[in-house]
Amino acid sequence: VSPLAKLLEAALFAAARPLTRDDLAQLDPQAGELEVARALDEVVAAYAGDEHGVELVEIAEGWQFLTRREYAETLERAQIALRPRRLSPAALETLAIIAYRQPVGRLEVDEIRGVDSGAVIDKLVERGLIEVVARGEGLGRPLLYGTTPPFLEILGLKDLGDLPRLDELAVALRPPAPAEPE
Amino acid sequence: MTTPVLRDSAGFVVELEQFSGPLDLLLHLIREDELDITDLPVARIADQFLAAIHDLGLDQAADYLEMAARLLRIKAQMLLPRRLGDDEWDDPRAELVRRLLEYQQIRELVGWLEGASAARAERFGRGYEAPPPDAPPAPLVIELNELLAAAERVAALIPEPMLHRVVPRPLDVEGATTRILALVAARAEFGWRDIVGDGSSVVDVLSAFIALLELARRGTVSLHQPEPFTPFVIRRESPREAA
Repeated sequence: VSPLAKLLEAALFAAARPLTRDDLAQLDPQAGELEVARALDEVVAAYAGDEHGVELVEIAEGWQFLTRREYAETLERAQIALRPRRLSPAALETLAIIAYRQPVGRLEVDEIRGVDSGAVIDKLVERGLIEVVARGEGLGRPLLYGTTPPFLEILGLKDLGDLPRLDELAVALRPPAPAEPE
Repeated sequence: MTTPVLRDSAGFVVELEQFSGPLDLLLHLIREDELDITDLPVARIADQFLAAIHDLGLDQAADYLEMAARLLRIKAQMLLPRRLGDDEWDDPRAELVRRLLEYQQIRELVGWLEGASAARAERFGRGYEAPPPDAPPAPLVIELNELLAAAERVAALIPEPMLHRVVPRPLDVEGATTRILALVAARAEFGWRDIVGDGSSVVDVLSAFIALLELARRGTVSLHQPEPFTPFVIRRESPREAA
């Protein structure tokens, strides 16, 4: 195992969040991109087998050590770790809309859900799952929201490409409706 | 079941555990009856929707009312006569159907997201710490004016208390006791009427009654009532040692 691979392993072990390629590359300024990629492959390979209680998982555009799923209940019962609280249906609806339509303003979310979503959006911003990414055109230059890396993290997604494609869903929509001036 | 949440900007937001909004409720009704979304029997679904929001106590919730109004408008538009073979006819349901399909798609995505987050929740990353015990409150920094204003706000919330005026009634048990003892000394037996005359006030009657009970308890007199609702007969008891 190369010294760089061991350094990366140490960093991934110590980190409480996924580390991106950029995070890893900064650990050793001397190392080139290719070298880092190779070292990362080494670490990934070392944990790929069935010999560890943790896995090196590609998640949120980075890598993170996570415990294997089969230990969930035992660890939770021993209060060593705790499953996060589940998101409410309203929060998930809002997240789904923002994930697929980003950048998107509150009015559009309200329109699709058929209810006022202001409070839900505020809560999601507070939890860091969405953030203001731009301001829209038009009256009052509305805030436009997009998803954040923690959004990918809590869903265990590599990137937004991991979300199901809309044409894969059972409910296929006719071509997207033109924006209405309602 | 309903959780009204007050919000400064939008007034009143209703969150239900069962339904996350009027579209969700509408979809539920459609699925329950296995109706075809694209050829929606609007009259029927409008009536069901109205009944449902009434049963759920949602007939004050703006979002649900707006949907109810929309359904009724479409129902009315569907009743307007149209010529046979009129290709120009715009289905008044089109917009609602589009929204329902769009919303149905979101619900499907919600199901997918739920699955993904449940799977992710079974794998723990580093850095979990048991939730700390409730943190001690931060030291309070407050201006006198703020404190006074806060006190006023709190005081304003206190409802006007219901006041009862308690008027002291001068019960004269001692006086009554003295009077009865005088009667006991004079006569071995006498009646209730000898103690209280016709002109006695309620207070006098009460005082006498309490005095009488007390004397009977002490064993100075014994009380007899020959028949229900007849006046007492009071007899002197031979003095005896207190128990």
